[in-house]
Amino acid sequence: MPNIPADLKYTKTHEWVRVEGDVATSGITDFAQQELSDIVYVEVTTLNATVKCEDPIGTIEAVKAVTDYYAAVSGEVIEANESLKDEAQKCNQDPYGKGWIVKIRLSDPSELDGLLDAAAYTDLVARSEHH
Amino acid sequence: MLERIGARSAEELFESIPAAIRLDRPLDLPEPVSEFELLARLKEIARRNAGGERLACFAGAGAYDHAGPAIVDTVVSRPEFYTAYTPYQAEVSQGTLQSIYEFQSLVCRLLGMGVANASMYDLGSALAETAHMARNITRRRRVLVSSSVHPAHLEVLRTYAHGLDIPVETVGLRDGVTDPELLRAALDDTVAAVAVQHPNFFGSIEPMPELSGITRAAGAMFVAAVDPVSLGALVPPGDYGADIAVAEGQALGLPLSFGGPYLGLLAAKKEHIRHLPGRLVGRTTDVEDRTGYVLALQTREQHIRRERASSNICTNQALMALAAAVWLAWFGRTGVRELARQCLSRARYLADRIADIPGFTIANTRPFFKEFAVLTPVPAADIVKQGLDHGLLAGVDLGRFNPEWRHLLLVAVTENRSRDQLDRYAEFLRREYAGARTAPSGGN
Repeated sequence: MPNIPADLKYTKTHEWVRVEGDVATSGITDFAQQELSDIVYVEVTTLNATVKCEDPIGTIEAVKAVTDYYAAVSGEVIEANESLKDEAQKCNQDPYGKGWIVKIRLSDPSELDGLLDAAAYTDLVARSEHH
Repeated sequence: MLERIGARSAEELFESIPAAIRLDRPLDLPEPVSEFELLARLKEIARRNAGGERLACFAGAGAYDHAGPAIVDTVVSRPEFYTAYTPYQAEVSQGTLQSIYEFQSLVCRLLGMGVANASMYDLGSALAETAHMARNITRRRRVLVSSSVHPAHLEVLRTYAHGLDIPVETVGLRDGVTDPELLRAALDDTVAAVAVQHPNFFGSIEPMPELSGITRAAGAMFVAAVDPVSLGALVPPGDYGADIAVAEGQALGLPLSFGGPYLGLLAAKKEHIRHLPGRLVGRTTDVEDRTGYVLALQTREQHIRRERASSNICTNQALMALAAAVWLAWFGRTGVRELARQCLSRARYLADRIADIPGFTIANTRPFFKEFAVLTPVPAADIVKQGLDHGLLAGVDLGRFNPEWRHLLLVAVTENRSRDQLDRYAEFLRREYAGARTAPSGGN
């Protein structure tokens, strides 16, 4: 079973969110990195842009696939994890820590209520694993 | 055959095709002939073509009669290589992959760029792909193209851009080259790329460093479309900061062949590697430390990334790319320099001789490389037609592209044109047209 920290929020598209003040830090979950396997490149194409929840805001390239990375919340993309340019494998090694991908300044904090909590995300993953 | 596939009659086989669109009579074909009769007939038809082999070719406009050393055909005709296709089940074709890798490396050196793909169909398709690439990289929408880009390439670009919803606008000229002030005025933060052909459609050398500087200062990407042979004399796109460089590879050992197959070269700064269209061959080492070649970064491509792929080209011009690689390796740095020097001096010689003929003027006011436009006293189409009777393919009538240009004849001079042919051409113009009715004003 992948690691799903209890103190984070999650999306159906396998992003996690940690909120500090009005800034949401997000990345991909442990489950997502296991599914993708070796991640070789992470690109955030929307730095400094205003994005809407569920917009594609970047791409994650693994050895065998490329997937879009979606905004977990609406707001302004204020920072992208520069260190991933050279060390994309951090998303595999430490998805909830050094492998964070973007920071978004929230424009609508009420959206957080629509995200999944750890229990709901655990259910989602359990269902995905049965496929 | 009907029995084998379980159909009772030919009628039953075709019944799903509506009667209204079925042909109700036999095809209108001649009687069958033997293999040998057929070959004789086809040769007879082929002989009606008057190609570059029977005429001294002064026509260019993107397709040039350059030297084709015998080694090119010898290598590309080897059965191990002889396929027009990009390799499928690629990694079993190590030799083909190595040849493409070497092609890419040669293209990078020639254009002065960081990374090149395995090739595109021709310059038009390569140029068109740069619009998509620039939009994806810059997240901006519009593309500006100099009015001195070949009209056919511009049309291909517009066709691709239409489907991608990329507005394409042209930038006007001054003295027959892209006007830097008009470019500056047209740029804003919605422009993804500016594309300039160099030497341009009329043969003139464009002010590339200045145009590139203006473009990049506005945050747009600079796309250079160049003649690869000209790079024996002119600085490569990488030197003036081009973000993407494209070129027509026909000049690199491919026959004119009435328009194709040709070869598109496409190279970019290395940082844009993930936005390159098409196939890309990389070199690596296997677990036993042996060199191996692979199709690299396929995650950009359509079979993996579907509708978000960097392009929908899934192939390359493998055989043409091999020919170009052999040609480049054969001539090398000094050979390409020598070819460029000969093109330049022969073109200059012919232009000077034509300028001496009453009624004829060289339209280019800026320096040109191997091609120039002549303002003619009679419609250029007449000269082209008459030239055929004198063993000359006298040039390209620009009236084909724009009725206002019908008194402009585009003349190309490669290293293949002998001094005797140049003199014969100038004498032909003098004898037939000297002092003919003066051309109307206008030009490029």
